[in-house]
Amino acid sequence: MNRTGRLIMFGISAVALAAVLVKGFAGLPHFGDYTGVYGTVINGIGVTERHATDLVTALNFDLRAFDTLGEEFILFASILGVVLILRELREEREHPHQEEAEEHSFAGASAAWRALALGLIPAMIVLGGYIVLHGALTPGGGFQGGVILAAGPLAVFLAGRYLRMKVVAPQPLVEAGESIGALGYALIGLGGLIFAGVFFKNFLPLGTPGHLLSAGQMPLASIAVGLEVSGAFLVGWTEFLDQAMVIKEQG
Amino acid sequence: MLQIAALTVVALGGLAVVLTGDPLRQTMVLGIYGLGLTMLFFVFQAPDVALSEIVISTVGLPVMILLTLRKVRQQQREQARGKEDDG
Repeated sequence: MNRTGRLIMFGISAVALAAVLVKGFAGLPHFGDYTGVYGTVINGIGVTERHATDLVTALNFDLRAFDTLGEEFILFASILGVVLILRELREEREHPHQEEAEEHSFAGASAAWRALALGLIPAMIVLGGYIVLHGALTPGGGFQGGVILAAGPLAVFLAGRYLRMKVVAPQPLVEAGESIGALGYALIGLGGLIFAGVFFKNFLPLGTPGHLLSAGQMPLASIAVGLEVSGAFLVGWTEFLDQAMVIKEQG
Repeated sequence: MLQIAALTVVALGGLAVVLTGDPLRQTMVLGIYGLGLTMLFFVFQAPDVALSEIVISTVGLPVMILLTLRKVRQQQREQARGKEDDG
């Protein structure tokens, strides 16, 4: 098809799409004009029945905890797929890039940049841990905190120390963290089945709203998800780093 | 007011990402666009989503794209070298 033909086709579909979009947007409710029942119910029972002050976490880790189990295993399975596809094949031998075998360093990773990265690592790990632990109290939770935790060791790589990153976050430890997190989350659900009779029904004391140890299973679930997510991201990043930084040789 | 500003930044940022040609620069623009998106989520009262977005868009995604670009360039260089040897 020539250029004019393509443009005519594009023009027709663009006008049609614009018409549908304008009609659709015109029928949307105004921002904040929520008329659903479910959200109102959650807002009503989140603090009184579940003792959680962050209702998003209450939804994720208690009221709809089963959905989160599914999401968690989607992440787990996709990382498993990445590891499987990028594995070392039988006829391949991995060895680091020759000119950067000892200490891979970025061109331009200055001393100031390294110092900044070094300062970032503890700050990120503390922030990640805080967000994981305070999931039921303030915005955040296992997923957000887990990604921030995973970004900590990545700062080592940004400082131009790729091989050191594997010392800070060794592969077996990271993989174990991912698996233990996924397993732990499923075990919390089983705990509900055993002690409360329903899968993922809260079986732990609810405590005082606003305290660190409150909201029943939510802090535990948050920690499990945090472990799983940070492990998953680190495994994924390490696999990608291996692909880009380590030459695979036939032989 | 803040909401309109955030929406404008995101609209312009999205356009900037699409119009950037070079993949390496596009990654950087994408990171900045992600920050705009974070502000949007924040002013629309979704701090949970904003927290995820800030890490994913500024650290998680760019690292993967940059490493992929590096790998692609490695392969291109090797192919070029292979052709020279043949010829």
